[in-house]
Amino acid sequence: MNRALAGLVGALALLGLLTGAAGFGVPDPLILWQLRLPRTLLAGLIGGGLGLCGAVLQGALRNPLADPGLLGIGGAAGLGAVVVFYWGIGAAFAPALPLAGLLGAGLGCAVLFAFTGRTPSAPTLILAGVGLSAIASALQVLALAFAPNPYALAEVTFWLMGGLQDRALIHVALAAPPILLGGALLLRLGRGLDALALGEETAASLGVPVARTLALAAGGIALVVGAGTAVGGGIGFVGLVVPHLLRPLLGERPAALLPASVLGGAALLLAADLVARTAPLLLPLAQEPPLGVLTALLGAPFLVRIARRLAP
Amino acid sequence: MIEWRGAPVSLGGRVVLRDVAFRAGAGELVALCGPNGAGKSTLLRALAGLLPGSPPQDPRRVAWLPQGARSAWGLRVAEVAALGRIPHGDARPEPVARALAACGVAHLRDARIDRLSGGQARRAMLARALATEPAVLLLDEPTADLDPAAAHEIMALLRATAATGCCVVVVLHALDLALHHATRLVVLAEGRITADGPPAEALPAAAAAFGLPFGTDLAPRLLPPGGRRAE
Repeated sequence: MNRALAGLVGALALLGLLTGAAGFGVPDPLILWQLRLPRTLLAGLIGGGLGLCGAVLQGALRNPLADPGLLGIGGAAGLGAVVVFYWGIGAAFAPALPLAGLLGAGLGCAVLFAFTGRTPSAPTLILAGVGLSAIASALQVLALAFAPNPYALAEVTFWLMGGLQDRALIHVALAAPPILLGGALLLRLGRGLDALALGEETAASLGVPVARTLALAAGGIALVVGAGTAVGGGIGFVGLVVPHLLRPLLGERPAALLPASVLGGAALLLAADLVARTAPLLLPLAQEPPLGVLTALLGAPFLVRIARRLAP
Repeated sequence: MIEWRGAPVSLGGRVVLRDVAFRAGAGELVALCGPNGAGKSTLLRALAGLLPGSPPQDPRRVAWLPQGARSAWGLRVAEVAALGRIPHGDARPEPVARALAACGVAHLRDARIDRLSGGQARRAMLARALATEPAVLLLDEPTADLDPAAAHEIMALLRATAATGCCVVVVLHALDLALHHATRLVVLAEGRITADGPPAEALPAAAAAFGLPFGTDLAPRLLPPGGRRAE
């Protein structure tokens, strides 16, 4: 199963390198290196990271509705980016945007742990995440309400919808280390997540350090989602839908879903990005549809189909 | 062997356990009985090292099964039982297979636990605790909401487990199960142990703790499988 998913990711990545605004086929080396490679790498990295985050968070909270966005880290990263747009720093210094996103995610993570305290449990983690999301989105709207010019408003709104066009290798360099580090942290949590299926107290009786497992999960998700949002904007739904797509194929044991969710998330985002790139070539569109919108449009029908099959 | 001789335990401002000194040894099947709120589950958690302030236990030695244990995910029965190997950090198939066979769910190993009947799911959860191969087995109401025959089967399984040298402590509401299967009956009331001894001897105190009349009658009654008649 994982091998088939890896093959799918490879095929989609290759297709991604061969497709773009210049048409299909092997592109000019400059286009390949400056545009298509960073874009394909980012789609794979962010998608894989988001899929993994969804599988970890659903396992940690024992809730199939959990989405990495629930913890509010994406919102905090978005807030950092909005601040950059607000003062127009991005125009002067391009990497300011992803850097501010990372900074926002880091601050958001600190606030999240300040809310949950030293020993997080599933309910405190959810409530702290909801609180952080509310604060981040309120401050985003506040910044938009006081936006100095209407262009900033439009720019911010479009950025928040998520997208990977015009990203360069510098974005990959900024996003890859936190995503890889966070992913490595999260992939080690499988055994603890399996035990948590029986509840936090039973997991503790099995010798699993529950609070530490939840804190590592939240920290790893903060790294991955923060870095992903900082360079890709708000790409939703991947983390929610990917574990659901995989459960009918692999069973419901959380640890078994982790590596497959990396591959599944990467495949989903590569596919969505491919659709985003080819849409202006095939349809009379002035520009690419936002990636976050496409992931929802691609993922939701599968989710509904699974829900219908589960219904008695 | 397992022991609790701790300070009084308060939960939410209410003293749940007072001066309780409890000790159970290998080969015993101890039934903890008492009315709701007597502190049975709290004593079991204290023994399991799960209360704040109770000394942590070695999870390889002590297995704890809470009341109404369930899985958040539709794990397969064999996967549930394999969780019992987490304390050992291995995935040896033999203890898991033995536990599944002992609990009579070996034929269900590939079935999803959320699609089983209540009794089968409970056996699968018990297999999880047995797969740890613990020296001490702490079970909270393992027979709740099971039909009488299934409850007796679970108790017979626990008696067989105790006979292999395991120390088994079970919280029970059903006094008849305690009477027929336990080697020792400990009665808890309002956070104190009010009786401790062979089940037949401790039964009057248990009846008193529940506020029930105690005596003998000759009315026809259900007997356990293969049953000795209740005295």
